Amino acid sequence: MHKTWVVTRKEWAEVFKNRFVLFTIAFLPLMLTALPLGILYGIRSSGDAGLSSTEIPSQFTQICEGLVGEECAQYYLVSTFMVLYMLMPLAIPVTIAAYSIVGEKATRTLEPVLATPISTLQLLGGKALAASIPAILVTWLGFGIFAIGVRLMSVNPAVAARLLDPVWLVAVFIVGPLLALAAVSVAVMVSSRVNDPRVAEQVSMLVILPLLGLFFGQIAGLIYVNGRLILLMAGVLVVADVVLSFFATQLFERETILTRWK
Amino acid sequence: MIKTEKLTKRFGDKQAVDGLTLEVESGEVFGFLGPNGAGKTTTIRMLAGLIAPTAGTAWIGDLTLGQQDDAIRSRVGILTESPGLYDRLGVARNLEFFAALYDVEDIPAQVEKYLRMLGLWDRRHDPAGTLSKGMRQKLAIARALLHEPAVLFLDEPTSALDPEAARLVREFLSTLKHEGRTIFLCTHNLDEADRLCDRIAVFNTRLLALDTPTALRRNLYGRTVVFHLSQIEPRFARRLEDFDFVHGVQAMDNKLVVTLDSPETQNPPLIRALVEAGADVQFVGEIRRTLEDVYLQLVERSGSPEIA
Ligand SMILES: Nc1ncnc2c1ncn2[C@@H]1O[C@H](COP(=O)(O)OP(=O)(O)OP(=O)(O)O)[C@@H](O)[C@H]1O
Ligand SMILES: [Mg+2]
Repeated sequence: MHKTWVVTRKEWAEVFKNRFVLFTIAFLPLMLTALPLGILYGIRSSGDAGLSSTEIPSQFTQICEGLVGEECAQYYLVSTFMVLYMLMPLAIPVTIAAYSIVGEKATRTLEPVLATPISTLQLLGGKALAASIPAILVTWLGFGIFAIGVRLMSVNPAVAARLLDPVWLVAVFIVGPLLALAAVSVAVMVSSRVNDPRVAEQVSMLVILPLLGLFFGQIAGLIYVNGRLILLMAGVLVVADVVLSFFATQLFERETILTRWK
Repeated sequence: MIKTEKLTKRFGDKQAVDGLTLEVESGEVFGFLGPNGAGKTTTIRMLAGLIAPTAGTAWIGDLTLGQQDDAIRSRVGILTESPGLYDRLGVARNLEFFAALYDVEDIPAQVEKYLRMLGLWDRRHDPAGTLSKGMRQKLAIARALLHEPAVLFLDEPTSALDPEAARLVREFLSTLKHEGRTIFLCTHNLDEADRLCDRIAVFNTRLLALDTPTALRRNLYGRTVVFHLSQIEPRFARRLEDFDFVHGVQAMDNKLVVTLDSPETQNPPLIRALVEAGADVQFVGEIRRTLEDVYLQLVERSGSPEIA
């Protein structure tokens, strides 16, 4: 069995026995899936978007393309939620990664691990996989539930169909994992320099700021998530991931990590 | 098996290990004694390929430190200063993880072998966090042995244990000694070093002394013989001081305390001289120096690094 995978499995065995971490992992996807569905449900039962077509930022109507009036308003809401949705692959791995590296420093288990013939890349790779796989799976699951929910509530078949648009498929299936990798790299970097898992988590959480910016930007009518923006994000993230993961392995200096305790 | 040459480690301007040169034979149990902050852990970490020396070199078998570190890591086992177990994982699961990282071939068999050997087999499913300190230490020792390393580094294996647990660990170490492994043992327990080790290095940033426990005791102090007389007179002491081989004579109550090198051959002429001078010799005995005396004398001379 490859050592990277050995590390990943050990990580899961440990992380999933920690109720606090488990709660953090489960809470966000639950909330981010239930909240938009709840709001959509509220809109539907009030019979009106609470947001007439005139209130939609005019630039957005271009993105609506075939959709008009009410439909466009609903799609506007759904796509705004979809931005929030991408918080999952960012926030969840940060929690796991911060815990799994700084936690090992705190319990002094890192030294015996580093004493074995394991390479830094195998160790960090194993931890990165352990952190990002659950995040990606949970994101996909959440997206599935959201898509089904939107359709079931028959908000509007035309709007629901838009969720399976290549734009959102790229967002969920490509941008999501790329975001997860970026988050893990940042968490690894922070973890190498910090000794408290909670501090590491909080500092690493700063990676969600750009995404929140996007969210509020859309609400404020400054930015619109469309196919071009998603593709741009994917492109930028590929470069960012290469750079970040390179620095993460470089910053993980075995000696500093072992001896900076005293 | 282990050879170091001017091995040196500095942390900033703090000298932790200064030009350590020594050689440990294959199959030897080698004691490494030194006060807190002497640089013992730092030395072990360098030899186990965990941190890089600032200067100097070392070899484990025919492998060169700094060039074949991965091979060295597979060849040595290390009991780190703190056991470092995954408390949430089961006892056996802890070992399985490390066995996989050490490329052990038959993982279940090796894990079972050491769990049974250390009396932890019945606890194999319990989370490691539920073990007592002594058991945790034994589990950590098992972890260091899973890949059957030729060299075993032990960083204070008994320091946090109660006397009973310490005795169990010590007994286990003496069985390891018979398996022909090279053991490098850091300890504060001089009695332990005295009983287990073939040779002992006293170390405080620099190497202060290196020899067998017996030789260390003898070389530092010579040997001390006590003559109990029925009553004492100054001329008795003066008479003994005339002998070239006597290093010192001290009179206490009705005893003469004499330092010399070889009581077996040197006591008889001294006794004859005392009798001729009119002394009544009641008993003759030898004061045995403990390793502790030797250690304290060496360390005090070198000055404590914690104060410096
Ligand atoms: N990262 C570091 N930066 C600065 N000084 C350090 C560092 N690591 C260790 N030292 C210093 O190096 C010296 C040797 O430390 P080391 O841990 O090797 O001692 P030791 O002999 O194992 O002591 P103990 O018996 O307390 O375990 C100590 O004075 C320690 O403070
Ligand atoms: Mg130490």
